Amino acid sequence: MGFFLEVLIGGLLAGVLYSLVALGFVLIFKASGVFNFAQGAMVLTAGLALVRALDVFEQWHWPFGLALLSAFAFAAVIMAIIAWMVERLVLRKLVNQEDIILFMATIGITFFLEGLAQTLFGADVYPLNVGLPKDPIFLLESLFDGGILVNELDIWAAVAAGLLVAGLALFFQRTRIGRALRAVADDHAAAQSVGIPLNQIWFIVWLVAGLVALVAGAVWGSKLGVQFSLSLLALKALPVLILGGFTSVPGAIIGGLIIGAGEKLAEVFLGPSMGGGIEIWFAYVVALLFLLFRPQGLFGERIIERV
Amino acid sequence: MGIRQVALLGTAIVSAGMIAALTAPSVAQAQNEQFIPNLVYRTGAYAPNGIPFADGVADYINMLNARDGGINGVKIITEECETGYATDRGVECYERLKGKGPTGAAYFSPLSTGITFALTEKAPGDKIPLITMGYGRSDSRDGEIFTWNFPLLGTYWTAANVAIQYIAKEWGGFDKLKGKKIALLYHDSPYGKEPIAALDIMSKKYGFDFLQIPVPAPGSEQKSQWLQIRQQRPDYVLLWGWGVMNSAAVTEAGNVNYPRDHMLGVWWSGAEPDVLPAGDKAKGYKALMLQHPAGKFAVHKDLEKYVISQGKSMAKPEEFGQVLYNRGIINSMLGTESIRTAMAKFGNKPMTGEQVRWGIEHLDLNADRIKQLGFDGMIGPIKVSCLDHEGARLSRVHQWDGKEWKVISDWFKGDDSILEPLVKATADAYGKEKKITPRDCSKAS
Repeated sequence: MGFFLEVLIGGLLAGVLYSLVALGFVLIFKASGVFNFAQGAMVLTAGLALVRALDVFEQWHWPFGLALLSAFAFAAVIMAIIAWMVERLVLRKLVNQEDIILFMATIGITFFLEGLAQTLFGADVYPLNVGLPKDPIFLLESLFDGGILVNELDIWAAVAAGLLVAGLALFFQRTRIGRALRAVADDHAAAQSVGIPLNQIWFIVWLVAGLVALVAGAVWGSKLGVQFSLSLLALKALPVLILGGFTSVPGAIIGGLIIGAGEKLAEVFLGPSMGGGIEIWFAYVVALLFLLFRPQGLFGERIIERV
Repeated sequence: MGIRQVALLGTAIVSAGMIAALTAPSVAQAQNEQFIPNLVYRTGAYAPNGIPFADGVADYINMLNARDGGINGVKIITEECETGYATDRGVECYERLKGKGPTGAAYFSPLSTGITFALTEKAPGDKIPLITMGYGRSDSRDGEIFTWNFPLLGTYWTAANVAIQYIAKEWGGFDKLKGKKIALLYHDSPYGKEPIAALDIMSKKYGFDFLQIPVPAPGSEQKSQWLQIRQQRPDYVLLWGWGVMNSAAVTEAGNVNYPRDHMLGVWWSGAEPDVLPAGDKAKGYKALMLQHPAGKFAVHKDLEKYVISQGKSMAKPEEFGQVLYNRGIINSMLGTESIRTAMAKFGNKPMTGEQVRWGIEHLDLNADRIKQLGFDGMIGPIKVSCLDHEGARLSRVHQWDGKEWKVISDWFKGDDSILEPLVKATADAYGKEKKITPRDCSKAS
């Protein structure tokens, strides 16, 4: 029982980490109807900008707190520049184009960002310390032999994800810009006709997704070191999105929890009898099973197109 | 023909003559060049490991050109092709580069077991040898079947055997293995699966439980695997990873409090990028060595003098002398010494792939020659033959102390009483499947 709980909790916490990446997808899809394939590359870019800036500021012997804040500010500026360039050079030219064209454009952005980030900041593995504790802790040692292992970093990641969701929910529901974002997502042309500045909205949503990518990059970078594989996290976020729905911020979190717990339990308890290494495809199986019953995902908006 | 046409014709003839005169030396020069392709991965998930190796490969060739004018007066030209560690791109690079240079590619070093598997089918038709130093198919050491493959310095089966020898020695003898549990945490790919056959045989012979735990590529997320390890409590974990999988494994080992000094990585899991991201959690972690350690040796002085100080290297200062950089220069040294061996038979001119294959098969570097080349302390003697394309089965173990790798063991030699029957059986099966008539090594010249 103790081991089952340990795997379950470990899976739930891993799922929160997937949700951090999935949130960026949801934001852009919710606000612009674009499936942003470049979100993984944005996590990589943000992580690299953060760690390289932090290295430089620490070499200049700045106090850690100041160096960290400055590095976050630097990475945020980089993400703002990327958001501005994406809006100015890509999206502005593609207003009212088919969704698939916008999707293909984000694939192009992915390759461009991956190359640019590695050229600017390097392709090595960069250890990142943002001051988060990384030690394991053992819960309920009196109940279970060896206790239940939980990593402190994963707990902090869950806290960060919770704060992000709360902040984003407020942003979408309670602010003028948030409502404008939702209007743009419903219909570009109609939103423009009532005076919502489409270009500005797209810049803002890519910037917010960039900042979410920065948080994801900081957490995943603390865990693994900042390196190219952060870009591949997009693949981990896809089943989360399918399950949670592409337009729901809470869906990204719930989806992450289900996928994380499902894949870890499957790998540990079913994997050995199936040759192991099943968690990657098992996550998609779980997501597809949900789709059979709720095609729009758990919390996604049901889209009915009349013809 | 008018005066104008005559003038034009004259001008054309004179121009053509001048162009011919100007280009003739460069054409002749190009005819005296040896082309060595360099398959690299400087981008992508495996770049942190691919970059220092690629830099080592390139720097040694640059040094030979700058110091010696190439090999016996034949200048070496090289071209990199980015594979991203992807098999399809590796094959594409092979096709693009195999015909370059006056005699085509001298040899290929794919630096990927997946690409090696794919090229093993192509190399015999193109007559280009594959140098797969420390990787590739383990049974390809059998030169009777695998004419064009050369897994120099060590195969994965040699590595698996040496790993078990090391653990047995640490525990006080092979009899102490009985009843113990040894886990293999491996990259779920042809590379990671390669040692399983040898470990299966040894688990039966020595009586230890063999636990197989695959990690889906790229291996950045290993929580479920390490929770299994925490539950199963193996006495030793063998790590067969590459790229991010290695540092993630060492980090997760720290997270579940698995003792790092009970982890032993293969030589592709024992370099600086594998431990630095894990910080203090990597302290005590051990790995096999593809003979050589990190550090600077006699050859590094020439590299410094002719390449680094001349600004001709892409290597970062901290990379110079690291494990994978050193492995890159050894790879180039073995390749170029094979070309030199071939030239001793076929003459000092650019060698064809077929001639280089002969050179690799007759490569014989004794201790004196290794010292002369500046590699004393890095590798032991190597002697390749028709029967044995591996050439040496030696390895040591080093341990990360938090700052650098420290050599902690003597030399171990792969036990052929275990390895040879396995090699023979699988190589023969491969030969039958592919309808390869085995060469008769007793008649090989």
